[in-house]
Amino acid sequence: MNNIIKIAFRNLYRQKRRTFLTMGIVAFGVLAVLLFSATADSFKNLIIGEITDSMLGHIQIHKKGFVGALDNLPLDKSLNAKQLKTVEKTLDAIPEIEGYSYRILFGGMVSNYLESTSAKFSAIIPAKEDVVVPLLKDRLKKGKFLQKGEVLLPELITKGFDAKIGDDIVLVATNNDGSVNGQPFKISGIMESVMGPTGKYGYVHFDDARSLLRMDKIQVSEIAIRLKDFNDMKKVYSTLNEKLGATLNEKGNPVFEVHTWEELSPFYNIATMIDLMALFIQVILIGIVLVSIMNVMIMAVYERTKEIGAISAMGTLPSKIRLMFLFEGLFLGVFGSIIGVIVSIFAIFIVNISNITVAFGRNSNILLQPEISLSQIGITTLIVIFVAIIAVLEPAFKASKLEPIEALRQN
Amino acid sequence: MSLISCKEISKIYKMGEVKIKALNNISLEISKSQFISFIGPSGSGKTTMLNLFGVLDKPTSGILKVIDTDISKLNYVERAKFRGEHLGFIFQNFNLIPVLTVFENVEYPLIMVKSIPPKERKEKVLSLLDEVGMLDQKDKLINQISGGQKQRAAIARALTTDPKIVLADEPTANLDHKSAFKVMSLMRKLSHEIGTTFIFSTHDPKIVQEVDIIYTIEDGVLVNREKRSKK
Ligand SMILES: Nc1ncnc2c1ncn2[C@@H]1O[C@H](COP(=O)(O)OP(=O)(O)OP(=O)(O)O)[C@@H](O)[C@H]1O
Ligand SMILES: [Mg+2]
Repeated sequence: MNNIIKIAFRNLYRQKRRTFLTMGIVAFGVLAVLLFSATADSFKNLIIGEITDSMLGHIQIHKKGFVGALDNLPLDKSLNAKQLKTVEKTLDAIPEIEGYSYRILFGGMVSNYLESTSAKFSAIIPAKEDVVVPLLKDRLKKGKFLQKGEVLLPELITKGFDAKIGDDIVLVATNNDGSVNGQPFKISGIMESVMGPTGKYGYVHFDDARSLLRMDKIQVSEIAIRLKDFNDMKKVYSTLNEKLGATLNEKGNPVFEVHTWEELSPFYNIATMIDLMALFIQVILIGIVLVSIMNVMIMAVYERTKEIGAISAMGTLPSKIRLMFLFEGLFLGVFGSIIGVIVSIFAIFIVNISNITVAFGRNSNILLQPEISLSQIGITTLIVIFVAIIAVLEPAFKASKLEPIEALRQN
Repeated sequence: MSLISCKEISKIYKMGEVKIKALNNISLEISKSQFISFIGPSGSGKTTMLNLFGVLDKPTSGILKVIDTDISKLNYVERAKFRGEHLGFIFQNFNLIPVLTVFENVEYPLIMVKSIPPKERKEKVLSLLDEVGMLDQKDKLINQISGGQKQRAAIARALTTDPKIVLADEPTANLDHKSAFKVMSLMRKLSHEIGTTFIFSTHDPKIVQEVDIIYTIEDGVLVNREKRSKK
């Protein structure tokens, strides 16, 4: 075996330039895959983190039909005290849950006594939101965070609508029973918009919303949940679906609906696209490795036909001849990926220290901090090695099946 | 006791419709520890003959036994094993492995064909290199030595596995006269010293000196068998 490896090595070394070129091509493919996936993952995770940590939470529960009617924000599709009890009981029994918060979503008019504009609001209990969406506070562009009697206006309506921090405004909203009610608020801050369903909402205190909307009994439009570990999402989601999905009303229809952030945010589709692109690049890598290694190995077998004929005549078994070529192909793959991984780590380091920012949606400076994951390195290397072996199989078998007389006759 | 026994063997090559009778009804016996030459003009069938003796090919008809084995009964892998076990080869254009040194080339069959432990291997290789006068060249790569030296290294390689028969198809065709003569006398010396039968082919009557038996073939037919006296 040692000797087979030695010969494989020497043969690679014999064609130095060709060998390094092939390894270079493989390395380049590995670099493309690793650099792309590290960058795309960092971008993706950043955006996902922002969406889930500053607005959505990881999982949300609504009354059945609420998400479908989100544009109207129907107050009659809220959860009542009894339903909330059911939910609370379920949530408190799941250890993976870090915390949850109640929200009332409603639409209304904002008036500064001179002009008015329509806006949507999320009524929150600030202390609870702190747990569920810890980055919500970071979206504050100006002013300070919410207290009772105050409102956080979305940055969108402050354009073209005269509103400064500390100004008094009136919120007017339609109640459950169809009547209209108004209530004065003080502007305490301006919230930055983010991508997603409630990304352009203003915020008021939960209790204020109850009085504005004249809810004498508790009503909740949305329950946002944060998990201790983001990766438990699918598991908790199915537990919730199982437990809450079984709760039916008198008509036999389900009472609740459970959604993960993926179902709620359009960014999920972009994330899927990014993953798909990473997959495409991997497919390209496979193609590159396959073609380049197969090409040099076919060439090598052709060039060394006479040599193969001689060692075969001397009684070298076909299996050993095959191994010699298999090792050559394998080494091209292995060393190509090692070079690729080293260059990738270096390239990612460069990207990290050069503070590259990109704009996405309303976020103008997302700092790219690509991180190379060991599993990605492992998977990519394994793919390359596997493909290298596939690529060299045909030439290796061809070499091992050569008739020595024919091979020796070749010039 | 005969190492090779041919009974009425023929070899016919088919090239599409055309059939070429390369060997025609040849019968002969070759015994142990001899230095044997096949001589004949180009196209007479020497290579075909040696390929058959070398278990690289099968006769179209007739019975060929090499070391008491009917070679037409062997499959591809069995033939490879048989060659590795019993035969040695010397080629017209040397066919040494260019990426290995002289020493490693001679050592090659002991590792890749037989599995001999390193210490024994080294002794064997060094003594053979000494025998062929290549000890001082042992660490050179193949492209750093002359044609005559290459063929001497090839002779050492052919002998490492202690074969009963060494086959050499035109071993001197690529050598100048002086080197050719050196290679011939080396083979003759070794055939008698080690007790290996050397069978070589040539179209050049001048280099055939002091062989034990000369077979002459023409157009695939054995036309003469000349036994010469041993020294
Ligand atoms: N693979 C083959 N297919 C068809 N014909 C062949 C093949 N090998 C040899 N022949 C033919 O068989 C005959 C004998 O060829 P062979 O190579 O044995 O002669 P040779 O004595 O070795 O000649 P040379 O001195 O030129 O090497 C020739 O007519 C040759 O053309
Ligand atoms: Mg010939």
